[in-house]
Amino acid sequence: MSSIENPAPRKSLWLKHKIFETNSIILVIGVLLVISVGGLVEIAPLFYLRNTIEKVEGMRPYTPLELAGRAIYVREGCYNCHSQMIRPLRDEIERYGPYSLAAESMYDKPFQWGSKRTGPDLSRVGGKYSDEWQLGHLNQPRALVPQSIMPGYPFLAKTELHFGDIADHLRANRGGGVPYTDAMIAQAASDLEAQATPDHPRAAELEARYPKVQIRDFDGDPKRITEADALIAYLQVLGTLVDFKLYDTKANIR
Amino acid sequence: MNKHHDPASEFDAATGQSTTGHEWDGIRELNTPLPRWWLGIFYATIIWSLGYWVIYPAWPLLTDATKGVIGYASRQEIEDDLAIMRKDRAALASGLADASLEQIKADPALFRVAMAQGKAAFGDNCAACHGVGGSGGKGYPNLNDDEWLWGGSLAAIQTTLQHGIRVAGNNDTRVSQMPAFGRDGMLKKDEISAVANHVRELAGLSTQPKADLALGRKLFAENCAACHGPAGKGNQELGAPNLTDAISLYGMDLASVTETITNSRNGVMPAWGQRLDPTTIKALTVYVHSLGGGQ
Repeated sequence: MSSIENPAPRKSLWLKHKIFETNSIILVIGVLLVISVGGLVEIAPLFYLRNTIEKVEGMRPYTPLELAGRAIYVREGCYNCHSQMIRPLRDEIERYGPYSLAAESMYDKPFQWGSKRTGPDLSRVGGKYSDEWQLGHLNQPRALVPQSIMPGYPFLAKTELHFGDIADHLRANRGGGVPYTDAMIAQAASDLEAQATPDHPRAAELEARYPKVQIRDFDGDPKRITEADALIAYLQVLGTLVDFKLYDTKANIR
Repeated sequence: MNKHHDPASEFDAATGQSTTGHEWDGIRELNTPLPRWWLGIFYATIIWSLGYWVIYPAWPLLTDATKGVIGYASRQEIEDDLAIMRKDRAALASGLADASLEQIKADPALFRVAMAQGKAAFGDNCAACHGVGGSGGKGYPNLNDDEWLWGGSLAAIQTTLQHGIRVAGNNDTRVSQMPAFGRDGMLKKDEISAVANHVRELAGLSTQPKADLALGRKLFAENCAACHGPAGKGNQELGAPNLTDAISLYGMDLASVTETITNSRNGVMPAWGQRLDPTTIKALTVYVHSLGGGQ
């Protein structure tokens, strides 16, 4: 073979792509390798860089009642219209309060950041309205906010909360990395009752396990624990665990 | 890429282009080069990214990422943004933070700023319960009238805003608890009916023909007068409403009054001092005070 007629181009790396074009498995592996570079560079560092794994004072796992409320929040699809993510933008901070920290959703499995705000952001709704307002608003949103387009959820206050499997919910969350202790799991049902019942004999235990827990009858019906109790308990804890009077916004500027 | 041209490539007469030399079951692949404008932009973005790596935080290292020469941090950006906002506000308000509530009320310039800021804060935080215009609803007081549960002076409104009403864990919150006379068995059903009729009598409303008003008066004096006063005029120290006017938070019809006496009502208002800064609370105080009923 004369080198003038055929200057050995077949050895060029450039021509090796024929192997990808004629072999679908090799093509798939090649595509996966290329895509994973993007993931490795852009996602993997978030798991170890100091400013993305910031620890924040005050965060604790959800109480069993709050966790049950969160399950109802997910079940009813609240996330379709409500975000839980205040972006670090001036207007959002003005309206909703301090911007959300990553650590504030560390015990959310999965997180409820959402992507659409038909209704307002809820990440700091805890304590913004009274329980009575929340109940009235869930029952009939337009009775309190005339321009609201939120559907009513009057059945929540009429439906007793089924929490026979609440310990399993805690256990599943622990599987996902939420630090529920054995005692928390063993006492889950009792803790749930204690939070929705004022003057419950085991309230002190509950408070020791979950600091800053709000103990009261949330739905105005002390005789029963309803789904509204759970959902309102969840709404009232949102955004209240980190004390932003103590949080140093400048400490994590890197 | 011509230098890598496959020797098997050949000229395709139909399109006037050469082929890559790849042949699939008799079909040959045209070697159509990417448009030059597209390639130009593509290479420009690569060069752009090199500059970006240098200027902005970019590459992840062991514990941090490269910082970039201009020292950009998104959290610093929002801090700066908020600082600009505070500065603008401070200039506009020219001392809303330092002025007393009375001074704000008296100074037209300060008052205008406080009303603007108060209106915005009211819409976001208060309107959900008290209504956009502050006219309230059942269980949520009307702020336009001159009937006040906990006082309608500037100082009283500020305290209520700051510490809320019946807020658990707030030591300065407004607290009072009307007993549930029926639920807790302090009064029997017919006794409650008598008291309810007497309360309507106090407000100058009609009573049931068969009502035992004498019993109602007696029970009122024994059970209710301590907070609501012997004549039912109320007591703002205790948040006990005046029962002699027709304004009522939960309704003055017989069924509502009976329900109130039976199960009591203990509405809750959040403590806004925990959420809003002192200047915003001041602006809200002045705004609410000016809605119509300020004292």
